[in-house]
Amino acid sequence: MSSASDVLLDVRDLKVSFRTEDGIVRAVDGVSFSLRRGEVLGIVGESGSGKSVSMMTVMRLIIDPNAIFEGEVIYKGRDLMKLSQDEMRRVRGSEISMIFQDPMTSLNPVYKVGWQIEEQLHAHERLSKRSARARSIELLKAVGIPNAESRIDDYPHQFSGGMRQRVMIAMGLSCNPDLLIADEPTTALDVTIQAQILELIKRLRREFDSAVVLITHDMGVVADIADRVVVMYAGRIVEQGQKSQVFYDPQHPYAWGLLGSIPRLDRERTHRLPTIPGQPPSMLAVPAGCRFRPRCPQAFDRCAVEDPPLLERAGDGHLDACLLPVEAKRERRDATIRPVPAKGPA
Amino acid sequence: MTAPASNGEPMLSVRNVKKYFPIKEGILFRREVARVHAVDDVSLELHAGETLGLVGESGCGKSTLGRCVVRLHELTDGTIEFDGHDISRLSRSQLRPVRREIQMVFQDPYASLNPRKRVGTIISDPMRIHDTGDRRGMKARTQELLSRVGLSPEHYNRYPHEFSGGQRQRIGVARALALNPKLIVADEPVSALDVSIQAQVVNLLDDLQDEFELTYLFIAHDLAVVRHVSDRIAVMYLGKIVEVSPAEELYDRPIHPYTEALLSAVPIPDPQASEQRERIVLEGDVPSPITPPSGCRFHPRCRYATEICAAEEPPLVDHGGGHLAACHHPLDASPQPAGLPSSSQAEPGPA
Repeated sequence: MSSASDVLLDVRDLKVSFRTEDGIVRAVDGVSFSLRRGEVLGIVGESGSGKSVSMMTVMRLIIDPNAIFEGEVIYKGRDLMKLSQDEMRRVRGSEISMIFQDPMTSLNPVYKVGWQIEEQLHAHERLSKRSARARSIELLKAVGIPNAESRIDDYPHQFSGGMRQRVMIAMGLSCNPDLLIADEPTTALDVTIQAQILELIKRLRREFDSAVVLITHDMGVVADIADRVVVMYAGRIVEQGQKSQVFYDPQHPYAWGLLGSIPRLDRERTHRLPTIPGQPPSMLAVPAGCRFRPRCPQAFDRCAVEDPPLLERAGDGHLDACLLPVEAKRERRDATIRPVPAKGPA
Repeated sequence: MTAPASNGEPMLSVRNVKKYFPIKEGILFRREVARVHAVDDVSLELHAGETLGLVGESGCGKSTLGRCVVRLHELTDGTIEFDGHDISRLSRSQLRPVRREIQMVFQDPYASLNPRKRVGTIISDPMRIHDTGDRRGMKARTQELLSRVGLSPEHYNRYPHEFSGGQRQRIGVARALALNPKLIVADEPVSALDVSIQAQVVNLLDDLQDEFELTYLFIAHDLAVVRHVSDRIAVMYLGKIVEVSPAEELYDRPIHPYTEALLSAVPIPDPQASEQRERIVLEGDVPSPITPPSGCRFHPRCRYATEICAAEEPPLVDHGGGHLAACHHPLDASPQPAGLPSSSQAEPGPA
């Protein structure tokens, strides 16, 4: 699955800043990654790490006059950042679509669910009313909504949270997009409903061969459905690699701290949870050098002066932004957390 | 996580508690047309020094039960005994001394602190209301509490908006501690927080429990967090408790099919383990608590359900070692193979 022509989306050195009363906030600071056809990329990070802002920028959904953008977003050879809003509107929905975290507020409460799906179909394709309706019913069935023929005439408030998220996904898939961006699609849902939605995303990817960018803070969700993982901290990517690399050989102290601080059902119960001390920096006063330094137990003098670039240090397409030598990193990491599965092969 | 004092009287006992919310219709004559069965005949015991985790999906009634315990809701039926006294029928003024003993930590650190009050005032308000000590004493105590929860005493004059979510939750914890309570009902105290901050607050609650000999009723939907903090765990589904068990045992040997499904749905942050394990995907949504299903409330979604499940409500029976479950076809614990409804009730197995 790897040739350069397979690359669907290539984000190059994306920077997003906002002019605020208190000064310029650089929410995203030089983010680069690429995505192949049919690939699922998990972007993890805490609130304020810039993960949503980057993907909203890819969709060109930030229309704040105080926002400043730099960098390129190459989608199928075209730079989306250079498109006009009219041209972008044709890409959005049909080529790239996005589903949002909160299914309670992302649907319009005064229109029937069917109308909202049909609207999108009409916007991108020449379809009769009847065939748009038939397609909408088909989509609702595809995402597992029972009695789709009658439910299509219901309003959003008549659906439960999980069902609304399915409607959102149905809308997202209505024009068979090549790229689906899902921003915390299961965060507002219960675990049993989350399991249903994740199964659905997996199935859709198999059937439509769509690429998926999944933004989440839940490492468990990433472990379940991503192929590759990007870890963001304070507007930057600090680690990027195949899922097995990031989970079993995490390189950046933030990534391993994150993995270590989640209570886990698959491990023995620990007496205390390992924590990452402190809290994420304010984006108005980003620390000099490595941004994670003030919270990093491994920091040494170089970290305060050098801004560590994202480089392939551990080999094989596995990038990280930490100045420690790889061997020292592995040693210190294994002393703090146990990245390798407790049971089964490593 | 001190060992539960298993002998002796429970500190809190909840007996057959029901909480129904009326649904009314009509403008002038507001008739009651239906009821939401939020908590329906729930009994629980909580011993001093123990942490009882209460888990379940949204709408299962876990928060309503927690609010009933602190008497933020009036009960429809049943009793709540705290330290041997029935507190479920006390008037507001009779409740005051009890409120010192039972405090609550809320889920949303943004909504549960008054934005117009300074942090010092927020934390010392309970002391002022209950008239404990003079001004200077209250200030000293507040500053002590601030440093105890990991903030700085200089934060006394700041406003809530100046703090991050994790810090706000620490303020909420300090407020709950102000009156030296015995029991803290923590309603989803970490679910609004980021992962790295979550671990800090969980550890803080753990330390405070050891230091002040607190008893926790820990309400959460995150099964991994609940396992980490709890001594025992109760699982709720649609207003009923379906299983109560010592914490580790619940994860090793779930008895109720709902618990089994719930556990299998928790994502595991390990790609291989995640791939290898069998996941039970429950069909459909939680039914409406206005018209809950007959018999066992889980039967429409249960893969082991038989006729008896729709007809008869299974009682919560002991399967040995304090592991209780309400199921006609208990998993792994039954003396008979599951799936054979030989009697109307599943007998407790001689585990």
